[in-house]
Amino acid sequence: MNPAPDRPRPQSLTDLFVSFTILALQGFGGVLPVVQREVVERKRWMTPEEFVEEWAVAQTMPGPNVVNLALVIGNRYFGLPGALSALLGMLLLPMLVVIGLASVYHHFSNLDAVAGALRGMAAVAAGMIAATGIKLAVTLNRHPLPLPLTLGITVVSVICIAGLRMPMLTVLAILGTLGCVLTYRALKP
Amino acid sequence: MSAYIVLSWHDWLDLFVHYMLLSFMSVGGAISTTPEMHRYLVEQHGWLTQTQFNDAIAIAQAAPGPNVLFSALMGWAVGLNTGSYAAAILGAVITMVGIMLPSSVLVLVTTAWSHRNRELRGVRAFKQGMAPLVIGMLVSTGIILGSANRNPATDWPLWALSVASCLLIWRTRIHILWVLAAGAIAGALGLV
Repeated sequence: MNPAPDRPRPQSLTDLFVSFTILALQGFGGVLPVVQREVVERKRWMTPEEFVEEWAVAQTMPGPNVVNLALVIGNRYFGLPGALSALLGMLLLPMLVVIGLASVYHHFSNLDAVAGALRGMAAVAAGMIAATGIKLAVTLNRHPLPLPLTLGITVVSVICIAGLRMPMLTVLAILGTLGCVLTYRALKP
Repeated sequence: MSAYIVLSWHDWLDLFVHYMLLSFMSVGGAISTTPEMHRYLVEQHGWLTQTQFNDAIAIAQAAPGPNVLFSALMGWAVGLNTGSYAAAILGAVITMVGIMLPSSVLVLVTTAWSHRNRELRGVRAFKQGMAPLVIGMLVSTGIILGSANRNPATDWPLWALSVASCLLIWRTRIHILWVLAAGAIAGALGLV
């Protein structure tokens, strides 16, 4: 998990802050697809495997998931100051933007074109999040468990959560435990 | 639209403590605690109107940035309801720091521990064992967002737009903002 010395990495606290500010400002309807695209595909600060592993932690801990992920990434490179830079980058400017939008919202919320644009962006955002999941599925190729098994867990979880609308925590408890126990056995020293 | 309210220092402290407690409960994201926020802000104290509460969530979802920023908007609106911009800033800071601080400390402590012990079989089993489920949760979130409150007979263009953007992001290196802009234009023109 330690980044190799020749791997791309954030240059400074400012680089972290600016990078996270820029990616947060692109995240309409969800920042995660943008984080994956920027951090894994463009900047290559993390491999897809590392991203999925840290995302697992970020998702099972309390707190907003992408913000947790920013904390973990910042912390890995520059310790606590790095975590704070990434966190502030993720929240500071976007917070001013959101408050600004809220202040002008009432003047525009009745326009059909604005409502339509938001509807269109929401539909795109839904597709982007699903695509992020599909892209990360390639990491299952290098998983300690055989592919049919891991893919099976993924498909069953989609059926339970999206199809049957079971509570996420229930699915997390059952399938998460199953995945961890099976992986633990597969990692036999 | 906005109710004029008076908050004492004790009330502000209470708001802060309440958001810190919610932070611990926000597994799955801060959005999962909105029912409790609604009970506290709208029903119990009347610090926000129903419309203000709904608007805060809707605006934060439509705006760039993490959705947790709806917490800041709620604090901002509570402050505005007391009648001053200074109070609005105080409210936004109180709710954001409150919702972020406990979970962030917990995440940093936990990840520091798991990074020090990353060779432990248990730690590796947890991080890798969760992978198939985490991927499934992402795909599910996309599907749920894409199908929320929609009638397939009339809203099929929205579904098609979701599927098309999914394929574009998955298979090409096109910039995310172009796809979003296309969706916004299609929506503004009434095509979807």
